[in-house]
Amino acid sequence: MPELTYLEAISDGLRTEMRRDESVFCLGEDIGAFGGAFKVTAGFAAEFGPERVLDTPLAENAIIGAATGAAIEGMRPVCEMQFADFIACGFDQLVNVAAKLHYRQGQSVPLVVRLPSGGGFSGGPFHSQNPEAWFLQAPGLKVVAPATAADAKGLLASAIRDPNPVCFLEHKGLYRHVRDEVPAGEYTVPLGKARVAREGGELTVIAYGSAVPSALAAAEALEEDIEVLDLRSLWPLDAEAILATARKTGKVLIAHEATRACGVGAEVAALIGAEAFEDLDAPIRRLTAPDVPIPFSPTLEAAVLPQLDDVKEACGELLAY
Amino acid sequence: MTLSDASAVMGAAVPLDPALLTRADRAELLRYMTMMRTAEERALSLYKQGKVPGSFYDGRGQEAISVGAAFALSPRDRLCILHRDLGAHFVRGVTPDRYLANYMGRADGVTGGKDGNLHFGDRARGCVGMVSMLPDMALVANGMALAMKMRGEARVALTFFGEGSTANGQWHEAMNFAGVQRLPVVFVLENNRFAYSTPNELEFAADPVERAEGYGLPGAEVDGNDVEAVFAAVHAAVERAREGGGPTLVECQTMRMHGHGAHDDMGYVPAELLAKWEARDPIQSYAARLLEEFDFADEEVERITEEVRAYVAECAERALASPMPDPALAREGVFADRWEPLGDGAAPWSGWAEPTAPQPIDNRVERRAA
Ligand SMILES: Cc1ncc(C[n+]2csc(CCOP(=O)(O)OP(=O)(O)O)c2C)c(N)n1
Ligand SMILES: [Mg+2]
Repeated sequence: MPELTYLEAISDGLRTEMRRDESVFCLGEDIGAFGGAFKVTAGFAAEFGPERVLDTPLAENAIIGAATGAAIEGMRPVCEMQFADFIACGFDQLVNVAAKLHYRQGQSVPLVVRLPSGGGFSGGPFHSQNPEAWFLQAPGLKVVAPATAADAKGLLASAIRDPNPVCFLEHKGLYRHVRDEVPAGEYTVPLGKARVAREGGELTVIAYGSAVPSALAAAEALEEDIEVLDLRSLWPLDAEAILATARKTGKVLIAHEATRACGVGAEVAALIGAEAFEDLDAPIRRLTAPDVPIPFSPTLEAAVLPQLDDVKEACGELLAY
Repeated sequence: MTLSDASAVMGAAVPLDPALLTRADRAELLRYMTMMRTAEERALSLYKQGKVPGSFYDGRGQEAISVGAAFALSPRDRLCILHRDLGAHFVRGVTPDRYLANYMGRADGVTGGKDGNLHFGDRARGCVGMVSMLPDMALVANGMALAMKMRGEARVALTFFGEGSTANGQWHEAMNFAGVQRLPVVFVLENNRFAYSTPNELEFAADPVERAEGYGLPGAEVDGNDVEAVFAAVHAAVERAREGGGPTLVECQTMRMHGHGAHDDMGYVPAELLAKWEARDPIQSYAARLLEEFDFADEEVERITEEVRAYVAECAERALASPMPDPALAREGVFADRWEPLGDGAAPWSGWAEPTAPQPIDNRVERRAA
């Protein structure tokens, strides 16, 4: 099996789906001749033509709105936000139009919004955000956040084939730092299914996106019997897998790079608290960014984003509880 | 402040090839406008009787716009219909009972109780239901047109919006994107002088139709109270779009003859302005024109009115007999299991009465029977 970076796997997944189904097309800012701010669609315009790799004006509502209309008419649009942060500018079309159409009138809207998210490179308050929790308050959206290259490819393919709007959070910090074996050709990973990334019996770290490699690194460094559950899908959540691991280890740390209040961690903690309380041996803990914007200067940013040492420390405390 | 009254377009010459509309078409135009007026009057009375939860909105005085515009569309064209445009739903084949049931939150409303008032679109008839946020549907119409263009289909998407919505940033995004991509889309702007209580003078410094050129698309201004003028302008825009000529903005000058909603007493509207437009009522003036210019007999016009009244009354009974939705449905339908195409709408204009046109749908049969 070929090894690909997370970024290459996203391109591979997208290219494979575009070859498989001619209704799949991409639209976004600077994605054609330039290949996108992060080069995910580099070479696509040459292979698929400019119509299917559509360079749009700088207008996020126009992008999501056009994708919604095209999806209703039978296309499978994949929108690229130049940075996840800019979804705020297309939010109305996403949450008010696309997300609610099926509930209101039985209209399926098969579209994907690719969201290059996350910090760690001095992107500052407008190029570093992890906006996933915004979407969880908008019923009708599915939300995925892969942590491995294989999942990035497989989840993207499933997102494209799904008949609903799917927010695809691709962490920029993983783009070139994560590399693993990715099946060649058509490959899907089901939405709504978590993955045990590391087996263990004493403690579970429930994570997604950039927190997954940190959790795995912490477990290795500590040489402890730690399980790591990679959520992969944030909505729908894999309640079964979450409860199974909580019951198995009795100690749960939930780690994510996004801010804390009302985040994915809060939802997961509430689920475990309600359904697996009797099986817990320690309070549920969360390791997240504090509730502040992501600052620019490297020292400030590092003080905000959870670091490997923070994960190790949180695991250590919970193991000792 | 002097408020704009659109006198400039009143009585403007309408370049309509008279052969485009047959006598039967003209009767249909009158019938659909009357159906909109009658159904909205019935809905308002249901509202006053407390049978409509929430609020009530209508398009009184604007009937010529939605009817005239929708009449120009083929079955395979697609629409996003807005809150003053009930007539367009009727033209496409939605029946008044489903409209009234939707207002009352009943199981047989178009959304089955999931959404209220005019926030619906009948999927089976090629329509995508509006959302409240204005003018969001203009961007969705762009997307439908984009799909048609990508597949090389000679089809068109059409949507409506009020003049107030042209102040929102999404309107700019929609016009610009449509202009850049030369999309087969028709934007029908209804300038009814107000956005809720805000008059044109506080909405924009340059009239939207003048802005069209800045987006690289033609703008046409028509008397929105003249159903044939609207039809002519939209027909020309639709044909242009179908032939690859790109989008058009058609601004229809009209007047909102009721408050923004039934709760609004319109205290901010000068009585003279209302009186001026009352004298230009689109239905009465069209009926008069049919008698004077097109050789209709009084009895013919009366019969249309009577038939529509009887039909709407029957539809209201059906709507009132419809049950409230099962509460269990509130939790259903958030996600789709599969994508399904929109159906084709009715296209009653004789210009579409070709062998390729779809079979008459239930509604038309019902109307004839009524
Ligand atoms: C973005 C947005 N802001 C506020 C509203 C509340 N609102 C509903 S209708 C309306 C006035 C709309 O005016 P116009 O676009 O001229 O349409 P009209 O109602 O006159 O037909 C307002 C302010 C809305 N629907 N959407
Ligand atoms: Mg208005």
